[in-house]
Amino acid sequence: MIDMNFRIFRFDPEKDKEPYFRHYTVLAEPWERLLDCLNRIKWEQDGTLAYRMSCAHGVCGSDAMKINGRCALACQKLVKDYQGTEVVLEPLPGPGFPVLKDLMVDMAAFFKTIELVRPFLNASGTPEKERLQSPEERKKVDEVIRCILCACCVGACPVSNENEKFVGPAALVQAFRRIFDSRDNEKDQRMKQLDYPDGAWGCVNHFECTRVCPKEIPVTKSINLIKREIQKSKLS
Amino acid sequence: MIFEHDVVIVGSGLAGLRAALEIAPVADVAVISKVFPTRSHSGAAQGGIGAALGNEEPDSWEWHMYDTVKGGDYLTDQDAAEVLATDAIRAVYELEHLGVPFSRTAEGRIAQRAFGGHTSNFGEAAVKRACYAADRTGRVILDTLYAEALKRGIKVYSEFNLMDLVLNGGAVKGVAVYELATGEIHLFKTRAVLLATGGFGKVYKVTSNCFANTGDGVYLAYRAGIPLEDMEFVQFHPTGIYGLGVLISEAARGEGGVLRNREGRRFMEEYAPTIKDLAPRDMVSRAIMTEIRQGRGIDGRDFVNLDLTHIGKDRLAEKLSDISSFARIYLGVDTATEPIPVSPTCHYMMGGIPTDVDGRVLDERNAPVPGLYAAGECACVSIHGANRLGCNSLVDLVVFGRRAGKMIVRDLEHLERKEFPETAGTDVVRQIETLKTRTKGERAAAIRGAMQQVMTDHCSVFRTERGLQDALAELEILKERYQSVCIDYRSDSFNTDLLDAIELEYLLGLAETMVRSALARKESRGAHYREDYPERDDDRWLKHTLIRRTDRGPEISYKPVTITRFQPKPRTY
Ligand SMILES: Cc1cc2nc3c(=O)[nH]c(=O)nc-3n(C[C@H](O)[C@H](O)[C@H](O)COP(=O)(O)OP(=O)(O)OC[C@H]3O[C@@H](n4cnc5c(N)ncnc54)[C@H](O)[C@@H]3O)c2cc1C
Ligand code: SF4
Ligand code: SF4
Ligand code: FES
Repeated sequence: MIDMNFRIFRFDPEKDKEPYFRHYTVLAEPWERLLDCLNRIKWEQDGTLAYRMSCAHGVCGSDAMKINGRCALACQKLVKDYQGTEVVLEPLPGPGFPVLKDLMVDMAAFFKTIELVRPFLNASGTPEKERLQSPEERKKVDEVIRCILCACCVGACPVSNENEKFVGPAALVQAFRRIFDSRDNEKDQRMKQLDYPDGAWGCVNHFECTRVCPKEIPVTKSINLIKREIQKSKLS
Repeated sequence: MIFEHDVVIVGSGLAGLRAALEIAPVADVAVISKVFPTRSHSGAAQGGIGAALGNEEPDSWEWHMYDTVKGGDYLTDQDAAEVLATDAIRAVYELEHLGVPFSRTAEGRIAQRAFGGHTSNFGEAAVKRACYAADRTGRVILDTLYAEALKRGIKVYSEFNLMDLVLNGGAVKGVAVYELATGEIHLFKTRAVLLATGGFGKVYKVTSNCFANTGDGVYLAYRAGIPLEDMEFVQFHPTGIYGLGVLISEAARGEGGVLRNREGRRFMEEYAPTIKDLAPRDMVSRAIMTEIRQGRGIDGRDFVNLDLTHIGKDRLAEKLSDISSFARIYLGVDTATEPIPVSPTCHYMMGGIPTDVDGRVLDERNAPVPGLYAAGECACVSIHGANRLGCNSLVDLVVFGRRAGKMIVRDLEHLERKEFPETAGTDVVRQIETLKTRTKGERAAAIRGAMQQVMTDHCSVFRTERGLQDALAELEILKERYQSVCIDYRSDSFNTDLLDAIELEYLLGLAETMVRSALARKESRGAHYREDYPERDDDRWLKHTLIRRTDRGPEISYKPVTITRFQPKPRTY
């Protein structure tokens, strides 16, 4: 077991005028997750601390936060990689994520942008069996279907941090999933919808989203592919 | 506040969402969920969804039904298994039509892979029946159904926690709900309530389940006097990452992975000569524990190795990428070159709220409780009997979620939204007040940790009379300690401290039903293995356990198993 030091962002709207940081020390095994430390702090030292979590292995997307300045999932980061340093935990940053309490942010605006790109398949007819799709066609969405809607990318994106109107990387990943799904027949409409300055063109290739994505989705590359498709469709 | 909806669905996993889609076109339905829908645990499902499509090799629904019954060690109700196996095919095509990005065969059909206990020709050889989307099948189905719910404008109340069922004269009239953001207690007046609250792996120390899996719906039904069925049957998945319990899907073995002991030997060859590593989970978990007990764990320790190294880098990347990333992130293991240390992890609850094949909750006389329905892991239909087959849960969710939805639509004609009792919710208010005003006592985590240890020690893969008696005695003490559970945070907004303490009541209550049911069943069947009664005993125990809360304490009774096509036979693989 090793001693881990944490500095955690605290804000309780019922009590605090200003946010502040609080220090905690907790014993942890090197192979444990930072989320295990947070849980130990909450369960054994300070029950007033609030954050979201559920699956604890990077599949539900609940525990995105800023860890030493980078957006990440607390359940994917291991104690051994932070040994000897102080771990600073802050809520997801940006105007799109108002703090509700401590590390919990309001995700409503984030999910609204996801809804905006109509993240459902629009296909015509229902064949008796499955629609056919070749493995090559299916491969196009192989990476983007890993998205767990954790919002790390949006928290990290400099454009999203400046401009709340930018649709943001997560929604673009969701749009990609339908645009490049050979079964969807709203491709043109979907691209038209993203063809505006705060749509796909809002992205200026900072690659921050790609760097932080906990599911290793090539977010920027996907956005660039959308841009290319938009251009192609305009030419033809 | 008071909300009114024709139907309230509690839970936004696949079971809840699938039911909602069925009801939305005809009635006013709302979904409440303690986590945002896409955070539900259905999203963690990796390996696949079972249906005899026959896309890769010949398959038939009869074989699927047979495997389900045999996998369940003949405790499965065969009428339900028949519904499952026949409707599975339609259900998977439906998911594809809704947009689920299944992996594909060269011909462009839904790809299928081998899985534990899936066989052709009634047990002859392994068969590819698991329809999959890489190793994130649950995730993409959940995304798809949630998107569909969005499209249809279904009302979802996220971070709303069910706190109590509201009954009047034996009929369900609504629910009392706690809103996390504000701490308010709301009453929902309804004509029908569907429970789809998932499992309760958090009763154990090591589990593949998420933190939200605290069995809320199951316990609250029990507290309201509804019996629980087959609570002794708990599935331990053979391959959890050692120490963490994070799941390594059976798909890893379906794609060719093998288990090895300290001698490097593929030990499953001895326990299940025909299908080896693809034997059902209860058998593989027992085999692993036996190897460990006999000193053949790796370095003599309490784990064995799951070897995927011969599968090849490319196939691992294509078909098992999430699993490979779990091994890399949590263990620093490269699955292409090193084995994964694994041990059994609590995974699935076969038991739960008894229902018929249409999702109607059944009371102790096997009569439907008016206005109450259940589907998904919280329900016991019983398809899974004494041991669930891999990939049979996802299909259960969409098949029986839909059927429950259809039944509710039919029943709405005679269910009315009236006679909502005036006292509704007062118990919940009192419960919360008590917790908020108590200033001295013990933290929930200490009691929960002790409970998880007790259950892990005495009510896991192997069980004995002595151990179960000890567990029962210790649970009594823990329940006593719970009377003075004390929280730190007393305010109204985002009080997860309070909810943790409340969920502990549920976990303790469910643990007791599990131990009592396990103590009573003096035989070994499926996942319930009694070392003091190592044989299956059909003459005495081919029956479902029911446990019900009464004024005299918990009472156990039994009900018959429905057997149609397949007479019980010895279960070998
Ligand atoms: C890691 C893992 C992998 C798996 N892989 C597979 C697989 O490959 N194939 C397969 O068939 N099965 C698999 N399973 C099993 C399967 O995923 C689960 O049994 C299934 O998803 C349960 O679905 P559900 O709809 O019943 O509940 P869940 O998806 O667990 O959802 C429960 C819902 O209830 C809500 N809820 C709970 N309590 C309350 C409350 N008090 N108030 C309000 N809402 C509440 C939650 O918010 C959530 O929305 C796997 C399970 C795990 C853990
Ligand atoms: S690549 Fe685009 S979306 Fe990603 S961080 Fe940069 S600007 Fe934002
Ligand atoms: S793209 Fe990656 S970072 Fe962004 S929401 Fe999806 S999983 Fe999270
Ligand atoms: S807790 Fe689910 S992603 Fe971290």
